[in-house]
Amino acid sequence: MTRFFRTFPMIAALAVLLVFPMFGQIFYTELVAKTLILAIFAMSLDLLVGYTGLVSFGHAAYFGIAAYAIPLLTPAGAVNAIWWILPVSVLAAALAALLIGVFVLRTKGIYFIMVTLAFAQMAFFLFHDTDLGGGSDGIFLNSKPTVTVFGLEALTLENPTHIYYFVLALTVSVYLLLRWLLKTSFGHILIGIRSNEHRMVAMGYNTFHYKLAIFTIAGALAGLAGFLQVVLTGFVTPEMLAWHQSGNVLLVVILGGIGTLIGPVLGAFTFIALQEFAQGLVDRWQLVMGIFIILVVFALPGGLAAIPARLRRRLVKGADND
Amino acid sequence: MKTSGILRNCLAVLATLLLPATTLAAEDGKLKVGFMLPYSGTYASLGHAITNGFKQHVDELGGKMGGRTVEYVTVDDESDPAKATENAGKLIKRDKVDVIVGTVHSGVALAMTRVARETNTLLINPNAGADEITGALCAPNVFRVSFSAWQPSYAMGNVMLERKHKNVVTLTWKYSFGEQSVAAFKEAFEKGGGKVVKEMTLPFPNTEFQPYLTEIAALKPDAVFVFFSGAGAVKFVKDYVAAGLKTSIPLYGPGFLTDGTLEAMGDAGNGLLTTLHYADGLDNAKDKAFRTRYAITYKMQPDVFAVQGYDAAQLLAAGVAGVKGDLGKRAEMVNVMETAKIDSPRGAFQLSKAHNPIQDIYLRKVEGRENKVISVVSKALTDPARGCKM
Amino acid sequence: MDIVSLLIQTLNAVQYGLVLFLLASGLTLIFGIMRIINLAHGSFYMIGAYMAFGLSSGITETLPAMIAVGLILSFFIGFILEWVFYAFLYQREHLEQVLLTYGLILVFEELRSILFGNDVLGVAVPEALAGSIPLTATLSYPVYRIFISAACLIMAGLLYYLIRHTRLGMMIRAGSHDRNMVQALGINIDLLFRIVFALGFMLAAFSGMISAPMTSVSPGMGNQVLIISFVVVVIGGIGSVGGAMVAAMVIAFADVFGKLLVPAYAGMFVYLVMALVLLWRPEGIFRKG
Repeated sequence: MTRFFRTFPMIAALAVLLVFPMFGQIFYTELVAKTLILAIFAMSLDLLVGYTGLVSFGHAAYFGIAAYAIPLLTPAGAVNAIWWILPVSVLAAALAALLIGVFVLRTKGIYFIMVTLAFAQMAFFLFHDTDLGGGSDGIFLNSKPTVTVFGLEALTLENPTHIYYFVLALTVSVYLLLRWLLKTSFGHILIGIRSNEHRMVAMGYNTFHYKLAIFTIAGALAGLAGFLQVVLTGFVTPEMLAWHQSGNVLLVVILGGIGTLIGPVLGAFTFIALQEFAQGLVDRWQLVMGIFIILVVFALPGGLAAIPARLRRRLVKGADND
Repeated sequence: MKTSGILRNCLAVLATLLLPATTLAAEDGKLKVGFMLPYSGTYASLGHAITNGFKQHVDELGGKMGGRTVEYVTVDDESDPAKATENAGKLIKRDKVDVIVGTVHSGVALAMTRVARETNTLLINPNAGADEITGALCAPNVFRVSFSAWQPSYAMGNVMLERKHKNVVTLTWKYSFGEQSVAAFKEAFEKGGGKVVKEMTLPFPNTEFQPYLTEIAALKPDAVFVFFSGAGAVKFVKDYVAAGLKTSIPLYGPGFLTDGTLEAMGDAGNGLLTTLHYADGLDNAKDKAFRTRYAITYKMQPDVFAVQGYDAAQLLAAGVAGVKGDLGKRAEMVNVMETAKIDSPRGAFQLSKAHNPIQDIYLRKVEGRENKVISVVSKALTDPARGCKM
Repeated sequence: MDIVSLLIQTLNAVQYGLVLFLLASGLTLIFGIMRIINLAHGSFYMIGAYMAFGLSSGITETLPAMIAVGLILSFFIGFILEWVFYAFLYQREHLEQVLLTYGLILVFEELRSILFGNDVLGVAVPEALAGSIPLTATLSYPVYRIFISAACLIMAGLLYYLIRHTRLGMMIRAGSHDRNMVQALGINIDLLFRIVFALGFMLAAFSGMISAPMTSVSPGMGNQVLIISFVVVVIGGIGSVGGAMVAAMVIAFADVFGKLLVPAYAGMFVYLVMALVLLWRPEGIFRKG
């Protein structure tokens, strides 16, 4: 029964998402696609922040590196099959995460936060200051990758609805993949590292290897999000690697509730909805945003994902009082 | 049967909640102008000046263009290129605007231009000067009423030649607008026999200029050409003066160095020579009328950005009036806009084939808190529009 | 590069380093004792600069009076801020601190826009300090920069004295090593924190105030100094004021000579240095680890 109550809202939400493009305007279809991309990005960060206890403040680097891989790998005008361009750009992000991970995982706590930031800033300036990726103006995609199955074009990524379903399918896949991954012994070891790394070391685990593995996986998934973002907007800019971007995705994770997979998804939807609402006010919208964020910290420890548990506790308490 | 009906109703309710814009867009007779400008952050005051200037002209027209009431939709672009495509999409796909006016930041403007080209939306750029916008990215539906990075800097190259400077050092932030400005300056300056001894750049938006000033003092060039704007321009000029360089090595730059920054610079800016398509103390009736009215309406003095906003409205009004409000006749409207003579406060101008103003560039000198016009350096200067295939 | 230029560039770096130290000192104090990641530190700097603008345009004309009023005002603001917002953060995780202080940045930035508008504003250099000292035939050194360096050095000295030789300093040191012990000794930790926080705020605001005449007062100015202050604090070792001084110098020299030697990569250079230092000493230069 509880299992049903837990899965039913998800199935219902998925159903709504499935039919959404039939009702929504193109703008909203794209907005939801963007939200789902942010959700993937946030889930990948939550692997580090929530499950392993590694607060990365430079996660946008992998998002951006994968994004830049697309225009850098595909010379102007060439139409490319997604079957190689997607894995290659995700691989590029994973490789960057692996390399950076070897260095940053030697530090801990606040130092880890800052070293991840330092590497992300380096990546930012690499794209911003050198001609490698079109400098500060960024690069535009001349054409979007093609999705062909047995020689037939299955999806045209020029079409927003097609992109939407492509993104939705990948979001669900990532969610299911991570749910499985976190239930394996690998996942349990990660959670063990978060709660007490010394114990895990004492038990004979080489925690560094596990942390490096998850750092690389998180980088790869952030790369997937970056790839999708470019497919959606057709545009790569150094701002994709800026520290604000790392800050925003961290915000989404915290807002939703760390250490859960559904939290980052909820956080993404709330964050985008809030931004849309606030920006509608045009003037002083950042004030509204700022006050909301402060209120969340005061009123919602544990993020949105913790609301059901809090409600349940309150209900139980109320019942006891009666 | 019943459940599915409820579900459908729910979805319909959800859809209407989400789509207030569809009903609005259905209203005919209105002309929807979408402002995509910075209303927060570093460029917020520029965004407001452009909006004010635009609205001033619309008010002069009695709020109507070609018989249609002008209506505004506003989006804060935050000067963030990463959000540019989405923000432009918001105006085009959600609000269904007839024309987009924007923006200040070149990176954002480039992305907007791409979107405008793809969706064939009419775009009037009231500021951003990236050369590509009316160069490689030029399109029938993309207009610019401000300047290209090339224009004021190219003109400055000639000014510095006339003033007999031979060896010059350049300095700017390492980003494309700065680099385009330096390139345009160098083009004119080296064509006339001058020599750029050293091109220096510093990371954007770093303002620790001292190492560069020391370097300049050691190199002892005849003059220095810089591109900076806003707070960075203020700090640079102050530092340059405080280092005692202003008296021995004259400083030049495109007008952004001294526009909107003089109040903050204090006396440090006095006597600086800059080039731009607008100046204080222009001897034309249009400018005087514009300035008086602006000062009364908004309780502050207009600047070059307000002029550009005003001219954006003039260009649009010409186009809309030309087709009597029927925006369906796009080709005809573009034609009218291409040939329109814009009676700008900066002096009348027309657009080039690539849709960038063919305009006079003024040499200005800072006196007090004003950029006083000295002369016209380049009469009817046309941007080369490199890469434009129109 | 000849020897004279080299010396002047060294002077530039030292001067920049002192400014960086002042910027970061408040942050490292708040960090070190309260373990709060304060992203709003840049906003504190901005508040100081706008305070200088507000005070100099009309209320007080002379620099010492302005600084005195500004310091008292900022101590007061810091005290209140801790009370209303930050006091709730001690039990919370780093993550929530990041979130709250990020929210504060947005609020401060909008309040700034409401109160002062969005134009670039300037504060005049006080007349007594407006001159320059000639260094070479073409280059001179502004007196105001020397004044700033002196102010930074005095602040550093005062901080050193405060931390090493006063009762408050003893508590701060003890608190940064072992919070529970301090509490066990019967010291009012709430008040101690509030004072330290107000001090940290004051230091940030002070650096904003004295930088204002040299730079400008403008939207977003806080964000520009935020990351670099964090870099300094982390390289120096969190909570170590002496470490912040050394780190500020390391970063300043990296910045100045990075710009001269590898201009195309100057933006990356500072962060490269940071990464290298932390790989060598993962807890910062001045942390035993």
